[in-house]
Amino acid sequence: MAEETTYLIRGAAILGGDAEDLLIRDGVITARGTGIAADGATVIDAAGLVALPGMVDVHTHLREPGREDAETVETGTRAAALGGFTAVHAMANSTPVADTAGVVEQVYSLGKAAGWVDVRPVGAVTVGLAGEQLAELGAMADSRARVRMFSDDGICVHDPVLMRRALEYVKAFDGVVAQHAQEPRLTAGAQMNEGQVSAVLGLTGWPAVAEESIIARDVLLAQHVGSRLHVCHVSTAGSVEIIRWAKSRGINVTAEVTPHHLLLTDDLVRSYDPVYKVNPPLRTNDDVQALRAGLADGTIDVVGTDHAPHPSEHKECEWAQAAMGMTGLETALSVVQHAMIETGLMTWADFARVTSTAPAGIGRLTDQGRPLEKGEPANIVLVDPAARWTVDPSAMATMGRNSPFRGMELPGKVVATFFKGHPTVLDGKLNTPYRYRSEAPVAGAAGAN
Amino acid sequence: MKHLLSTENLSLANAVRILDTAEEMSSVGEREVKKLPALRGRTVVNLFFEDSTRTRISFEAAAKRLSADVINFAAKGSSVSKGESLKDTAQTLSAMGADAVVIRHWASGAPHRLAATDWIDAAVINAGDGTHEHPTQALLDAFTMRRHWTKLSGLPSTGADLQGMRVAIAGDVLHSRVARSNVWLLRTLGADVTLVAPPTLLPIGVEHWPCSISYDMDETLEKGVDAVMMLRVQGERMNASFFPSTREYSRRWGFDDNRLRALDRLGLKDTIIMHPGPMNRGLEISAAAADSPRSTVLAQVKNGVSIRMAALYLLLSGDTREPAATLKESN
Repeated sequence: MAEETTYLIRGAAILGGDAEDLLIRDGVITARGTGIAADGATVIDAAGLVALPGMVDVHTHLREPGREDAETVETGTRAAALGGFTAVHAMANSTPVADTAGVVEQVYSLGKAAGWVDVRPVGAVTVGLAGEQLAELGAMADSRARVRMFSDDGICVHDPVLMRRALEYVKAFDGVVAQHAQEPRLTAGAQMNEGQVSAVLGLTGWPAVAEESIIARDVLLAQHVGSRLHVCHVSTAGSVEIIRWAKSRGINVTAEVTPHHLLLTDDLVRSYDPVYKVNPPLRTNDDVQALRAGLADGTIDVVGTDHAPHPSEHKECEWAQAAMGMTGLETALSVVQHAMIETGLMTWADFARVTSTAPAGIGRLTDQGRPLEKGEPANIVLVDPAARWTVDPSAMATMGRNSPFRGMELPGKVVATFFKGHPTVLDGKLNTPYRYRSEAPVAGAAGAN
Repeated sequence: MKHLLSTENLSLANAVRILDTAEEMSSVGEREVKKLPALRGRTVVNLFFEDSTRTRISFEAAAKRLSADVINFAAKGSSVSKGESLKDTAQTLSAMGADAVVIRHWASGAPHRLAATDWIDAAVINAGDGTHEHPTQALLDAFTMRRHWTKLSGLPSTGADLQGMRVAIAGDVLHSRVARSNVWLLRTLGADVTLVAPPTLLPIGVEHWPCSISYDMDETLEKGVDAVMMLRVQGERMNASFFPSTREYSRRWGFDDNRLRALDRLGLKDTIIMHPGPMNRGLEISAAAADSPRSTVLAQVKNGVSIRMAALYLLLSGDTREPAATLKESN
């Protein structure tokens, strides 16, 4: 079987440092150093490439079950592998909602059958995302999917009592509540960031305070009950300030920013093209700069893609009618390189922290986000940082064509992705999926293509 | 000019050109036979996703006076209410050979979508989109103001702008496409604009607009004003905490009889009172104000046809002939 092959990565700049070799055998890094003998291994010439730990996404919408016209676990994880990921957290807003052990196990099994990355289901906080009654969080935690992250993402857990209970309850199994911070009354009918541009365009505003007020409340709740809070897709300068304050007080909060909020602003909405419609909305340049600074100084812990594919008919319409969301798995690395590394705000080692080590820690993934050292699992991505490419949504593996970066020239190409020692991506193209040996693939979980 | 989508990006030259062309068109309305052959054989579609009898019949009259074929496509009771998308509707109209689409839509930006996509190749005229813009309303308002302003100074209106004219726009600016289009166009034409509204009905970001802001109607009148434009208060705002009650709204921001008298007291004998209609008599404007000689409400309606004729003419006839040439031809 393919995963039994031995690979020698020759001369990669590990975390952007000096060139070294990595020997991979049976899913494990068995040697790191210079001048390692090939000894029958398949040699991959990595001169000029950067070796990083496989990226871990804390925020992915795979749409299956229920919206297989938008994305499937198979297509979404192909996109993830091509984007340099070895693990993704599948958000709970599927149909049916991932609010029971049965649904999270289904998604988990589909992920294993696909074999492109680790698929870690996120469990819903409340039944049906309705915000009224806690879902069976313990059953999901104890299931084969071993859920540790819970989120009603797409909808805010706005009832303060329910949020408090969820935060308290997940302590029983070291879980984390990932909050979609959006005060619903302040955002009724909201279409875009509220400010100078919304005033001109006549689109209902989505004030920054609707996000910031929930984050302020939740960090205080997390402090009060001594629990772990994760804030999804932070989008405003004020949110960064509140989280910075909370961390200085020792509150156990982590935060995420999307690649699009690190690069794009609400000026793009002037086109009324719904490809720029997203939740939370694109904000101002001041917000973008604050998010970059927050990610660089560690206030924001991770980059999460919020990959949200939609069928074309949900974007080829009036702005107000359009669905919210953007694809992101296949552009995340390039956008972060562009926004953070080429600006001198971060190094590749920082990149590994915010795209792999820290997200694996939040999701409690023990075999992801590990150092590239002897004895560690071989989840590795090789990046050509000098490459430049023009984003073409129609050429992507995701079924979603709703990339806001279309037509942009971006740096950085994923050359190879190793998942459990197996190359899921080689020469920048999909190779073959990893095949699990201990468990047979689940019937009916074949690929969508 | 291929489309007329907004006044925000309308140049001074094009704005004056539309106003001047409308002056020529208005003379057609004075004749016994109110018809020009300019757009014979061309098809204009009135695509209305929102009820607006006034705007629709104004465009219809304009297109017919230019001899265009007019198709009225009301979204209610059509395939649109059965779930047809804007894209499919546009492609259908394109296949039927529409030369111009006059679109009224509840969604801000819908006309931009028609113009920016390849769904349809026709000229697009925005007849009001959501809370974004209503450019032909602002043009007919400017036309009405220009006639008044130039008459006072004894100058010909053709070629003129509104330099120095003081205009107050009062009411629900937040939800008003009329206010937005007027602010941009009046700025371009050189008028001084003051928005008068309760703070709840001004958008966040309004401080960046090229105008002054006031929360006090009486103070605005006392400073001197040449035109007061009252905006309609929509019924659905009344129960959404934008203001405590209709009576309080009327007292603080309405143009009532006391304020009508105040114009005389302040010596503002030439100040006009405007309203885009339909009016809520007794709420944002009193009956006496609406019916006073200062009121231009009916002139605005009449001028609307001339402005829409000018817009259709300039977008559809291309720039190959001067308007005057066509006008002569019809005699």
